Parts: sequence; structure tokens; C-alpha cells
Amino acid sequence: MAKKTPFYDKHIALGGHLVDFVGFTMPTQYKGIIEEVKRIRTTVGVFDVSHMGEIEIKGPDALKFISRITTNDPSALSLNQVQYSAMCYNDGGIVDDLLVYRLKKRYLLVVNASNIDKDFKWIKYNINENVTVNNISDDIAQLAIQGPDAEKVIQKLTDTDLSEIKFYWATESKIANIETVLSRTGYTGEDGFEVYFDKKYADKMWDSIFEAGKEFNIEACGLGARDILRLEMYYRLYGNDIDSTTTPIEGDLSWITRLSKTSFNGREVLLKQKVEGLKRKLVPFEMIDKGIPRQGYKIKDKDGNIIGCVTSGNLSPMLQKYIGCGYVELEYSNNDSELTIDVRGRLLKAKVVKTPFYKDGTHK
Amino acid sequence: MNFPENIKYTKSHEWIKVEGDVAIEGITDFAQEELSDIVFIELPNVGEPVEAGKACGTIEAVKAVSDMLAAVSGKIIETNTALTEFPENINQDPYGEGWIIKIKISNPEDVNNLLSAEEYKRFVAEGH
Repeated sequence: MAKKTPFYDKHIALGGHLVDFVGFTMPTQYKGIIEEVKRIRTTVGVFDVSHMGEIEIKGPDALKFISRITTNDPSALSLNQVQYSAMCYNDGGIVDDLLVYRLKKRYLLVVNASNIDKDFKWIKYNINENVTVNNISDDIAQLAIQGPDAEKVIQKLTDTDLSEIKFYWATESKIANIETVLSRTGYTGEDGFEVYFDKKYADKMWDSIFEAGKEFNIEACGLGARDILRLEMYYRLYGNDIDSTTTPIEGDLSWITRLSKTSFNGREVLLKQKVEGLKRKLVPFEMIDKGIPRQGYKIKDKDGNIIGCVTSGNLSPMLQKYIGCGYVELEYSNNDSELTIDVRGRLLKAKVVKTPFYKDGTHK
Repeated sequence: MNFPENIKYTKSHEWIKVEGDVAIEGITDFAQEELSDIVFIELPNVGEPVEAGKACGTIEAVKAVSDMLAAVSGKIIETNTALTEFPENINQDPYGEGWIIKIKISNPEDVNNLLSAEEYKRFVAEGH
């Protein structure tokens, strides 16, 4: 049976359309996906992201351990800083993409809901150092408050000066009198915060945020809007754009891959790809002809030969353009390369573009 | 949710309004609400023959693609081309501005196989 998040009753009360998403009952939308996208881009909205996983890593060798299992470099993190990273298998395939938090007494890894069990097993399997790891996912509620007005809303609920917290930094502060980890992060391209706390305070936190946000027309937003917001920024979705059959280099995530680190899972394969070049690469594209590219649609060259496959696509409500991404053979991956997308038998033109697709995001 | 009395319904959530030997077809209020955020529509060509229960167009919402089925057999005599520019009309006014096609009915018997408002309402309430 699908797990319920601690905000299940709130979703029901708000008339959320609930679906089973990777083992969790989650709202795809409340009033409408496009309206919710615009809400986040213009004022402020709230996502229940309690399905995400949280894994604590403690002990004297925590840093060394995390460095070995992730592709980015956690030694670059100051106290209370956050880093986007990935874990790879030894063959370079991606186990998961994740956030690494360096907190006072521990590191916190925030992982995708679909991968919690797999990640935790993989992490434990890799332990060779003096560390303890705990999967605390079931105890933690998480909300993402996103949008240009997010700071004004959360500031009303805390004594911590939020203007001091930069993008991808965190604080362990009280919000609405509840102990939290609060970070200036999110996966939308807008300014905003993600807040982690004990799930027994879920109702109180939700009610406090919505009360504080009333004057900014705060609204609950669902996974449908979240998917479009992240795509407008060309942020990857695990299971669509990246998975165990793709590497971070192929997935256009070289920027979170620190090959200068002497040893980490997958390094040999990633280094080889970097040195010898790739066969295929993830590219962002927009449609020239009208039609929605969707996951699994074939990408072809102008002669009709298959050169790749769409991994994500949708309408960008902000740009009023159809956008997507997909893997293509390397020679088609340059900016402005023309692609043909097979949209259920209709051969529609698209071209590779620069990202983010949406360039007016307020993230700091 | 709205179930007008003067039209007929299919179990695949289309409606038709019969005027003489012409059926005006669209999708129901229930269907547009389930799909939500319709952003693209592929219409059939005028003159094309259609068969009751077979796909005759495609409706794309943000979250999914679905076929629209012809409620009756016949020939397409007009399509609502305004929808290519304003597909959201289907969400806003599914029984009015959001009409999709007009079919010249070839077999009037087809109409008798469709559901009344009362029957369709019960069908939806049963969770279809």
C-alpha cells in the first residue's frame, strides 16, 4: 500500500488530485498545473516533499566517506552549506542525484523518494570507514516554500535573519517554534526554502506557513507543477533524464563531477568518458513545430534515422513553448543542432538550445 | 460538475448534440476536469470519415495525451479550428466554445446507443 505523508489530510481537504507516485500517495495538482506553475513563478507556493528521503551520516570519517560515494566534492562545504551531487556505481551509472548538507553534528543526504531503499543499501554496502548511517526518512516531514515572496513568508515565522542565508546554505533554526533544518534551496528556479522537521509537528508547520502566507496568496502546489518548473530550468529528474544506465557526464552534469578527487565510485569510467569523449549526451531542446515531446518518443535526424530518445518534455507555460530534453548521438548535441521528434508518427522539428529554458527565475 | 440534459454521452467521456443529421461533439466536463490544463489538440481533416468508437483526434493535457473517439459514424464536416490557438476553451467551456468537431451522421441508430445525462452521471459516479 502506498505510504501517506503527514500532510495527507491537508491534501484531501484542499481537493488535491492524489496519485500513487513511487509508493507515496501524492497530490499532482490542486487547482490546475499551469496556475500552480505561475503561482510559484510570481508569488509563493508550497510543495509537500515529505516523500523525499533523508539519510544521516555521522562519525569521524563522515567527510571522507561521503567524498568516496559522491561525485561532487564535499570537502568544499563550509558548516551549514549545501551541495548538489550524485552517487555513482563503479560503472559510472547514477545511483541517485542528491543534496549533501554539512550540519553541526552530522551530514544529511537528501535523496529521491523512489530511491530511498536502494540508496540506503548502497550506502551501507560501501562503508569502509568509521561512520554511522541512519535512514530517518520516515520520521521527517519536508516542505518546499518556493517563489519570489518565500522569504517574506518564512521570515514572519523565525528570529533568524533569512537575508543572511545565501543560495544553497542552511540554518538549524526554529520556524513557527519548531526545530528545523532550513535551507535556501529548491528545485524550481525561484528563490525559496526547504524545511525539514519532525513529522509530529506537520499540522502546526503547515498551518503556520499558510497563515503567514495569506497576504501573499500562498497556495499548495502539486507534483505536476513541480515537474514543469524543474524542466523549465533543465533540472534533471531521476528515472526520466538520468538513471543507472547513464553517467553524470552523459547526463550533462559534469559540473557536479570532480574528477580531480583521487578516488570515488565510478571515477575511472567518468574520467575515460571525459578524456575519450562521449557517444551520446543529454541535450535540452525546444520545438520549432508545434507538438509536445514526451518521454520515450524517438529523436531522429533529417533522414529519419533514430539518433536518440526524449526523456522529458512538456509545455512551458511561462515561455509558451514546447520544451524537452533527451539523449542524442554526440554530433547532434551542439547548440542550434536541428532534431526531429517523432510525436506519435508526426515528424516535428526541434532544435538544441541554451539553458535554462526559463531565464527569469529569482533564485539567488 | 455539469451534465446538461439536452445532449448524449459516451462511456469514453465525449458528448454530442444532435441537430438534424449533424452531431456536434466535444468532451465532457468530467473529462476536461480529469485531463485539466489542455494545451494542444490534433483535429481530424474536414471530409474524413469517422467510425463510432474509433479515435478521430488527440487531446494533449499537460499531464497526458488522450484520444478523442467519434461518438457516431459519419463524415467530418467542420472542426473547431479556434482550439488550435485556444485549446483551453475546452477546459473553460466544454459544452460551448470548447466543441471540437461536427459529424454528418451516417447511421442515426448510433445515437440510440449513447447515454442520457442521467445514465452518464451514474456511470461517472460509479467511478469510471
